[in-house]
Amino acid sequence: MHIMWFTERQYHYDPETEPQKSKDFESAVLRNRSFFGLPNANFDPQQGAKLLNEYLDEKIYSEDLGFDGLMLNEHHGTPFCLGAVMDVEAAILAKATKKARIVLLGNPVPTVANALRLAEELSMIDLISGGRLVPGWVRGAGSEQLANNANPAYNREYFEEGVDFIIKAWTTPGPFRHEGKHFHFRFVNPWVLPLQKPHPPIWIPGLVSPDTVVWCAKKRFPYIALATRLEPTVELWDLYTEAAAREGYQAGPENFGYMQPVFVSDNQARAEELGKRFLYGGAFAHFARPEWMFPPGYNSKEATRRMARLPQAENLPGKPIHDGGGNETDAELEEIRRGVYARYETSKKELQMIAGTPDYVIPRLRKVLEVLRPGIFSFWLDGPVAYKDRLRCLELLGKDVIPAVRDIGKELGLVDPFQRKPGSVPLAAGRKPDKVAQPEGLASMPA
Amino acid sequence: MAAKNSVREETLTVGADRLVVLKGGSGKPLLILHEELGYPGWMKWNEALSEKRTLITPLYPGFGKTPRAEWIMSIRDLAAFLARFVREQGIAPVDVIGFSLGGWIAAEMAASDPAIFSKIALVAPAGIRPPDGEIMDMFTVPALVYLRNSVLDRERTAEFAALYEGGLSPEQYEAFEDARAESARLAWQPYMYNPSLPHLLEGTVKAPTLIVWGKDDRTVPASAAGVFNRSIQGSRIVAFDKCGHRPEVEKSEQFIKEVQNFLA
Repeated sequence: MHIMWFTERQYHYDPETEPQKSKDFESAVLRNRSFFGLPNANFDPQQGAKLLNEYLDEKIYSEDLGFDGLMLNEHHGTPFCLGAVMDVEAAILAKATKKARIVLLGNPVPTVANALRLAEELSMIDLISGGRLVPGWVRGAGSEQLANNANPAYNREYFEEGVDFIIKAWTTPGPFRHEGKHFHFRFVNPWVLPLQKPHPPIWIPGLVSPDTVVWCAKKRFPYIALATRLEPTVELWDLYTEAAAREGYQAGPENFGYMQPVFVSDNQARAEELGKRFLYGGAFAHFARPEWMFPPGYNSKEATRRMARLPQAENLPGKPIHDGGGNETDAELEEIRRGVYARYETSKKELQMIAGTPDYVIPRLRKVLEVLRPGIFSFWLDGPVAYKDRLRCLELLGKDVIPAVRDIGKELGLVDPFQRKPGSVPLAAGRKPDKVAQPEGLASMPA
Repeated sequence: MAAKNSVREETLTVGADRLVVLKGGSGKPLLILHEELGYPGWMKWNEALSEKRTLITPLYPGFGKTPRAEWIMSIRDLAAFLARFVREQGIAPVDVIGFSLGGWIAAEMAASDPAIFSKIALVAPAGIRPPDGEIMDMFTVPALVYLRNSVLDRERTAEFAALYEGGLSPEQYEAFEDARAESARLAWQPYMYNPSLPHLLEGTVKAPTLIVWGKDDRTVPASAAGVFNRSIQGSRIVAFDKCGHRPEVEKSEQFIKEVQNFLA
């Protein structure tokens, strides 16, 4: 198993030492009905500097705690994530760490206007890190298309052409010329090339978009589901497995990853108190307003058709928690806040957030691993939690939880992409593939 | 006069691509170029003008009914496609009314082929950057918000509820999303205008041109009317008081009168 950890690097204030600031900031997000688009007059550079350094320090420290991978992402124009250009952070980690993989899930190819520059940035990170880079690609959230002025109606075309181009720039001897539909480069000859050959392993994160899952299966890229609900994730695993069979291979744990919100502390009540803060400001459900999450043409026609007829799934962004116009009274705002945190009970029940002591957390992680059987597993820590409490969580993960998860992984045969190359197990044409996910386990969730 | 239910739908071929066209009324052809949210439906003004004219409304590729044509990536591409349609139908020179995005398309068609139109009515056209104010960004708001913003006073606009049949069905949501996506492909940036359009129009377009605008247009600021007026020789502005982006439904009687006089 490849075990990593991730945080969005949220902008926040500590609710215990700066309760008013923390509450006011959350109120601003709730009034805005969205992290994205919160006016940047709310950004304090001093606080930003402090947080970014803490986030880097804890990432560096966590290498010694037994994590195999340090996962980063990026978002634009939002306090939800301070990593606006994650390659900057990745470059620092490349130099400051020694053995952990630097896993970038992912670079938003359509919003980066110059795919050649992206290829060069990533090559440098791979070189500096001594070949520890795992690049990944995303289409970028809908809001990011607005923030970067990237035409959402061509998002998937930019994505597919951009990814192919980057790999071509890494693997085709230059100089050559690229005349694509959207990208045109007259002289492709990047001098810095990745250390890993033919190119670094590529993983793709996502929120259960069927189009992306099938594309990954075709490309033999592992797919990492970002804390999605278990049932739809199982369905997507099946979809990947079937698409893989059409490509002539048997998918296995090496093709799948899962990211799990977790908070661990020394006692149960404190862990839950801190874990609950994952829902701060509405969490992912308040990532961006629906109209920003789904700008024109960002979704496929099929996805639009589904969305026109179905209420949005609970844990996906786009479902407004409230329809206020920003003029809510304090009492109304408190009501909204109560509603946000009331969701914790559902999250807990559905294992969308697992908060507790190691003894509480481990059996629940076992359940997730038994059902989804991922070869890649990432812990996700977020919410306004003081640095010392985050560090303690990481220590407990390293000391008690990671060893247990490793044992479970061995017992369940959860091989990772470094142990078995994704797409390397042939499957005869017409033969039915074995399912990877085991949904039977959903029938008996831990109480 | 053509009632709504007498409007017929035809699927034609233009080059290698299909084009769905709505035809209603009888008499000399009148080309109708619809707006960025798609074809809003058969309204009073359609009914009035169709007494003496055959209204021909092409439903642009990618806006729902007509399949997307991959090669059409800009308003000029679409204008060239529609110009080919007009030529191949044998209806040039034809009178045209273009609404909003459709007004921009009409202006591009006229700029590249001044002989294609006999008379041009541009209703709150996009296409030129307003010297004062900004064109409302349809891509950062839901379709319904954009629609609601298009009239000054919804309560007093009798036909507002009839636009897009109320706009609330799942089918209409899909149609709006098709229209928004194709509008994004065509007009994402610069948003809803072509910096060279005033230069292309100047000294080129000689057809009688009526520029219709609501003085309180919150979608395409009326300040752009002056630029159109200066760029198109002999054009005339008609501006309605207390009127937003849809004079054809907000001031439908005056609109019908002005346009009928202009086309007579």
